[in-house]
Amino acid sequence: MALYHDEDQAMLADTATQFMSEQGSIGKQLRHWRDRDCPDGFGHDLWKQMAEMGFTGMLVDEDDGGLGMGHVEAGIVLEEIGRNLTPSPFLTSSVLAASALKHGSDDVKGRYLPGLVSGDSVFAVAIDETAKHRPERIATRAEKSGNGFKLSGSKTFVIHGASADMIVVAARTSGSDADADGITLFAVPKGAANMSHDAVRLVDSSVATNTKFDGVELDGDAVIGEVDGGREILDAMLRAGRVGAAAEGVGVASGAMDMTVDYLKQRKQFGKLIGEFQALQHRASHLYSEVEIARAATIKAQQLLDGSSDQAELMSSVAKAKVAKAAGLAVKEGVQMHGGIGMTDEYDIGLYMKRDRALQEFLGDAYYHAGRVAQMSGY
Amino acid sequence: MTDLATTDSAKSDLETFRAETRQWLEANCPAEMREPVRDEEDVYWGGRNATFKNEAQKVWFERSLEKGYTVPAWPKEYGGAGLTAAEAKVLRQEMGRINARPPLSSFGIWMLGPALLQFGTEEQKKRFLGEIARGEIRWCQGYSEPGSGSDLVSLQTYGEDKGDHWIVNGQKVWTSYADQCDWIFCLVRTDKENKYQGITFMLFDMASEGVSTKPIKLISGNSPFCETFMEDVKVPKSYGEGVPAYVGEINRGWDVAKYLLGHEREMISGAGGGDRTSAIGAAMKRHAAKTGDEIDPVLRAELAMFDVDALAYGAMGEKFLDEIKVGKAHPAQPNMMKYVGTELNKRRHELMMAAGGSRSLEWESEDTDGGKPARNWLRTKANSIEGGTSEVMLNVISKRILELPGS
Repeated sequence: MALYHDEDQAMLADTATQFMSEQGSIGKQLRHWRDRDCPDGFGHDLWKQMAEMGFTGMLVDEDDGGLGMGHVEAGIVLEEIGRNLTPSPFLTSSVLAASALKHGSDDVKGRYLPGLVSGDSVFAVAIDETAKHRPERIATRAEKSGNGFKLSGSKTFVIHGASADMIVVAARTSGSDADADGITLFAVPKGAANMSHDAVRLVDSSVATNTKFDGVELDGDAVIGEVDGGREILDAMLRAGRVGAAAEGVGVASGAMDMTVDYLKQRKQFGKLIGEFQALQHRASHLYSEVEIARAATIKAQQLLDGSSDQAELMSSVAKAKVAKAAGLAVKEGVQMHGGIGMTDEYDIGLYMKRDRALQEFLGDAYYHAGRVAQMSGY
Repeated sequence: MTDLATTDSAKSDLETFRAETRQWLEANCPAEMREPVRDEEDVYWGGRNATFKNEAQKVWFERSLEKGYTVPAWPKEYGGAGLTAAEAKVLRQEMGRINARPPLSSFGIWMLGPALLQFGTEEQKKRFLGEIARGEIRWCQGYSEPGSGSDLVSLQTYGEDKGDHWIVNGQKVWTSYADQCDWIFCLVRTDKENKYQGITFMLFDMASEGVSTKPIKLISGNSPFCETFMEDVKVPKSYGEGVPAYVGEINRGWDVAKYLLGHEREMISGAGGGDRTSAIGAAMKRHAAKTGDEIDPVLRAELAMFDVDALAYGAMGEKFLDEIKVGKAHPAQPNMMKYVGTELNKRRHELMMAAGGSRSLEWESEDTDGGKPARNWLRTKANSIEGGTSEVMLNVISKRILELPGS
């Protein structure tokens, strides 16, 4: 398969670009909700509109009412979300939770997928238990209790946790904390008794929760997939989420870079446009190269994922790590090249820096994924 | 755009081609030709004085030649196999799969060929492309001069117009293997008043009277490059009916050179794949284990970061080739590929030296196959100088892709 968008994908990209720049713009969404201190950190109206566009159920099978598209298509929407810094539950709901629900029973699917497709529901995922992403180790436990389970433990960095109508929780049903096996995924509904959220606003104005499960009683039908068979589903969900986060990161990087290159063409100092200075030209060109390569790694990972290739795991980590480095460079160079105004809240470039920081951390940063690349390569 | 049915049938044709190619390679590529290239003798360059290193090299060349696979993407009438871009990619992939060496390497294939295909007359193509495809003539490239490196267009080698011929005087430098080459494609100033439109892309025999070469010894201890001197060299304007001794038009050689620089940058960037895009961490660990060494944690971390960059660049190379095929790539994108690919290769060899420790310092030992690690490491330092420096690449990206002012 050629590593660029085919005709249908290019059309989708045009649609997504136009829609997100009009409806998902920084002024209409990020700043709007941030300045009102919105407890959700995103707008439900936009989420409904995204459903009308067909975005929310892109990865949901056609049999389940979705569009049955792939990660290349989801990545197209995510790149525009990244470029516009649009706060939305797309990544957690339509990519992560949707990837987990693919493995659920008809009953579980029937309970949650219609709400996702219609834009009435928002989902979150609860994976991390420590400040650094380490899904190899899961201590949150679900003990057998009658016909169901009792969930105990705590999760952190649960993006949209307090707003979510359902949270996919990775818990241990057997074995010890560091075991690969013995994991089960649960669909925990909003307002479950003995679940409590401590909501925290993050640097990028998104809202995450530290969520406690203090003996949360779950029916057996809350299980996604098989009991003790959750690791594979979790891995599939993580692959999808990481490649999705990479696509969003490409958007953040491109947005920051474009804004910076435009600024180099407008700002005058010493009687010249600052873009005439070779010191800045070379740095901008280096940045361009890095962003292009990050984009290539991402589309490669998307295609491998869509083709269920055994290389998808490696490439998803390559993409996540490469994008983290490239986007990190884009926002740092962005603020520096904007000079003083880059430090002001009024200019958007700083917002890119904040979003990038949160996105880098989400589902593993460059260090984590480079380490995984080494491990998978055998060193 | 084709409809779904033809796309599917094209796909199945390509899969048939892949199966046939795999079978053909299996049957025809000798085992010795599937080993990594270790030194100069492992590369077959062709030319008047060429000798084969061994029977396997000869057999592999002859079988490839018969199939048109010395220049697979060139049209059949000029000695190629007439493969489509998609088929050529499949052949590259299948050769890569078994580590097959190129049956023939030459600047004729990489540089002059593409120039002739783009700018040559029919008679020129028939004559010169055929000679290149058959490995009969080994070409070298006369571009840089002592005073014209990055600023190539300032070149001074001058061809004085004498009616039916020129008298050429001047000096070229960094001429690859000039001492072993048969012919040269050479940038010669033919109009001193006109900087850009005063250069002719000449072709002449290195055996011509007045041409001499002198190898340059490099920091690697090797001498792959020469200085080439031209003293009153008589270059006829034509080699027969329809075969001018220059490519393109007289005084318009800069157009050809610019076109070729793009090709050279693609080649040097390693866009077609090869070891520059592969990960090295695992090999470094295995290598260290052989001498009872371990990789330090901080070095492991740097290797991991390198591998991320290398694998991502591999995806970029693939994307770049896919986009070039359908005209989607930005015309200046080869400059980006060249910049990143060469910088990556330098970093790769720095890490290999670090992982190798004191063993990799050995300059002549048998263990290091005559100082390969150190010599190769030093050689890579030229990657970001030859074919346009990294700084020139960044200038081009600034100007043509980012469209920054005044650059």
